[in-house]
Amino acid sequence: MFGWDAVDLARAQFAFTMAFHIVFPALSIGLASYLAVLEALWLATGREVFINLFNYWLKIFAIGFGMGVVSGIVMAYQFGTNWSVFADKAGPVIGPLMAYEVMTAFFLEAGFLGVMLFGLKRVGPRLHFLATLMVAIGTLISAFWILSANSWMQTPAGYAVNADGQFVAADWLKVIFNPSFPYRLVHMVLAAYLTTALLVGSVGAFHLLRDQHLAGPRVMFSMAMWMATIVAPIQILAGDQHGLNTLEHQPVKIMAMEGHFESHKDGAPLFLFGLPDEAAGKVKYAIDIPKLGSLILEHSPDAPMDGLDTVPRENWPPVPITFWAFRIMVGLGFLMFALGLFSLWERWRGRLFQTRLLHIFAMLMGPAGFIAVIAGWVTTETGRQPFTVYGLLRTGDSASPLAAPAVGASLTAFVIVYFVVYAAGILYLLRLMAQPPHPGEAGPSSVSPTRAAGITPAAGVPQATYNEAGA
Amino acid sequence: MTIDLATIWAFIIAFAVFVYVVMDGFDLGLGILFPLFPAKQDRDIITNTVAPVWDGNETWLVLGGGGLMAAFPLAYAVLLPALYPLIIAMLIGLIFRGVAFEFRWRTTAERNRWDIAFAGGSWLAALSQGIALGAILQGVHVEGRQYAGGWLDWLTPFSLLTGVSLVAGYALLGATWLILKTAGGLRDRAYHLSWYLLFVMLAAIAAVSIATPLLTIHYAQRWFTWPNIVLTAPVPVAVAAVTVLLLKNLAEKRDSWPFPLTLALFLLSYAGLGISMYPYIVPQSITIWQAAAPASSQLFMLVGVGVLIPLILIYTGWAYWVFRGKVQPGSGYH
Repeated sequence: MFGWDAVDLARAQFAFTMAFHIVFPALSIGLASYLAVLEALWLATGREVFINLFNYWLKIFAIGFGMGVVSGIVMAYQFGTNWSVFADKAGPVIGPLMAYEVMTAFFLEAGFLGVMLFGLKRVGPRLHFLATLMVAIGTLISAFWILSANSWMQTPAGYAVNADGQFVAADWLKVIFNPSFPYRLVHMVLAAYLTTALLVGSVGAFHLLRDQHLAGPRVMFSMAMWMATIVAPIQILAGDQHGLNTLEHQPVKIMAMEGHFESHKDGAPLFLFGLPDEAAGKVKYAIDIPKLGSLILEHSPDAPMDGLDTVPRENWPPVPITFWAFRIMVGLGFLMFALGLFSLWERWRGRLFQTRLLHIFAMLMGPAGFIAVIAGWVTTETGRQPFTVYGLLRTGDSASPLAAPAVGASLTAFVIVYFVVYAAGILYLLRLMAQPPHPGEAGPSSVSPTRAAGITPAAGVPQATYNEAGA
Repeated sequence: MTIDLATIWAFIIAFAVFVYVVMDGFDLGLGILFPLFPAKQDRDIITNTVAPVWDGNETWLVLGGGGLMAAFPLAYAVLLPALYPLIIAMLIGLIFRGVAFEFRWRTTAERNRWDIAFAGGSWLAALSQGIALGAILQGVHVEGRQYAGGWLDWLTPFSLLTGVSLVAGYALLGATWLILKTAGGLRDRAYHLSWYLLFVMLAAIAAVSIATPLLTIHYAQRWFTWPNIVLTAPVPVAVAAVTVLLLKNLAEKRDSWPFPLTLALFLLSYAGLGISMYPYIVPQSITIWQAAAPASSQLFMLVGVGVLIPLILIYTGWAYWVFRGKVQPGSGYH
C-alpha cells in the first residue's frame, strides 16, 4: 500500500487508532470530574439546575465512555498484534504497569459506571454520588498508570536487561516515577480538564447565543470559563516545565520541535513559522526571533544550543511533523489563554452572559482542546522516533513479523470502521448538545427503572449469588 | 505439578480468561440471538438486561490480554501475530456491538442499522474467539522467540469447528441469561431456544472432545493413559451429570437454574481445555516457564492481584446486585 513496508503500515495503524482513541479518555477524565462536581453541588445546594446539567452531560459521557472503551481495547491488543518484539522485550516492564491500570482503574470505572448511569433511583443520591466519585477517580488512576508506561518508554529508568534481551525491572519505584512521568501526567490531566472545559463552554455559548436567559447554559458557561481562566495559564507553565524536562532527557526531540538543524554557539533563535527541510538541513522561509529559543529553554539569551547537526542522521525524528504539531498545540494553548482572559474581563464588567463576541469565540474553541491533545501527542510520539524505548530499542526492530498485506488490510478495515462509527457517534453527540438542558432533564434512563413488582431483595438473592459465582 | 510463580500466574490468567468467557459470553450471546427477536420491545429489554454491566464484562478481556503481556510476554508476542486476522476481526466486532449499545437509543431512523451492528458484531467477535481457541490448540509455528508462520495458518476445519462451537455455547449462555432476567413471552421463547442450543452445544463439546486428541499424540496421552485417566475421567462424567440437571430444570421451568448450570458446563469444558494444554501456553512450543516474565514482574503484580481482584469481585457483585431481578417491559434503564 503506497509502497509502504509492514513497519510503516503498523506505525500508521497505531497512530491512526491512537489519535481516534485519545480524544475519548481526554473527554472522560475531564467530564467525570465535572460530573462529580455537578452532583456534589446538587447535593450541597439542592438547586435543580445542577442535577439537570448532571443528567445532560451524563448522556454525553455515556456515549464518549463507550467509544473510549472499545477503541481502548484495540490499543491493548495492538502491542501484541503489531509490536510483538516490543511486547516480548518490554512486556516485563510495561505489562505490569498496564495490568495495574486495568486492576485499579478500568474495573473501578466499569464497576461503578452502571450505577452512575442508571442507578440513581435504585441506590439513592449518596451511594450514587459515591459511584460517580469512583468513576472520576478511576479515570485519574488510569491516567496515572498509562502515562507512567508511556513515560518509561520515553525516559526509561530503573531497569536491567536479562539474557533473553528483555527489559527487567530493577527498581519498580524508579520505573513508575521515571524522569518525565510527573511532567507528562500533570500536562495530560490539565489538558483533559481544559479540553472538557472548552467543550462545555462551547455548548453553553452556543445556547447563550440563542437565549441569554437559560439557567443551564449560564451555569455551565460560567463554570467552564472559570476553568479556562485558571487552568490555561497553569497549563502553559506546566508545558514549559515539561519542555525543560524534555531538553534534559530527550534533547533531540527539542531540536526537532524547534527546527534547530544547526548548532548555535551564542544563542539559538525561536522559529515562529517556517518549513523545515530535512534534506537541506534548514528551516526555509523562517520567521524567527533571535536568541529567544535559548532564553526560553536555557533561561539565558546567549546560551549555546546543539542542533541536529550533532546527531547521526539515522537517529533524527521526522522534523517537519514534530515542528508543526508542536506549533499547533502551542498556538491553540495561547488562544485558550486569550479566551480565559477575555471571559475574565467580561465577567468583571458584568457582561459574561451578554457579550456575543465572547460567546462566538468560546463556541469556536469547542474542538480546540481535542486538536491540541492530538497535536501534543503527535509532537511527543514523533519526536521520540526512531525509538520505541528511547535510545534502547528502535521502532524498526520492534514490529511483529507480519506480511505487509496483512497489516495493510487491517489498517484499511480500521479506517473504514472508525469513520463509520465515529461519524455516527459524533453526530449523536452533536445532536444531544444541540438541545439545551431542560428543567427536569432526564438521565440515560428516560424510563425510570422503578423496582419491578414482586421483586423483593430476598427474591433477588439467587440471581446475585450466581453472578458472583460466575465472577 | 509444582507450585511456583509461573504456575500461579497461569491459573490467574486462566481465571481472567474464564471470567471473560462467561461474562462477556452471555452478553455476546444476546447479540447472537438478536436476529431471532425482531420486535423492538423485546430488543430493548434484551439490551437493558446487560446495559449496566457490559463495560465491566469486557474489562476482563483487557485483563486477560494485559495480564498475558505482563506475566507471559513471550506467549503474548507469539500468539497475537499468529492470530492476527482473528484478533483484528474480534476487535472490530467488539467495536460495533459496544457502540451499538448506546447508539441504538440515540436514533429512531437508524436504530435498525445499529441492531444489525449489535448482532453482526457479536457474531464476528464470538466466531473469531472460537476460531482462535482452535488455532491455539492445534499449535503455531515458532522459530526463536517469534511466530514464523503465515497469516492464514489458523484456518483449518478444526479451528472452524471450535469457532462454531463457541458461538453455540455463547448463544446458550445468552438464552439462559434471558430465562433468568426476563418474564412472559420473551422468557418462554428463551426456554424454547435453550433446548435446541443445549443439544447443539453438547454435540459441539463431543465433536471437539473427539477431534482434540486426534490433533497430536500429546493430547491423546494426556487424556487416555494410565494414571492420567483417573484424573481426566471425572470431567466427562461431570458434564453428563450437569447436562441431566440442566435438562430437568429446563423441563420444570425453574428460571434461576439454567444459567448457573450452563456456567458449570462452560467451567467443565474449560477445565478440559486446561488439562489438554498444561503446561504449554503455546501448545507443543512454549511452556509457561519458558514464557514467564522475570520473577520481579510476576511478584510485583501478584501483590496487586491478591488485594485488588477480591475487591473487584466484591464491587462488581454489588453492581449486579443493584440491578438484580427481572427486567420488565418499559422499566428499562434507557
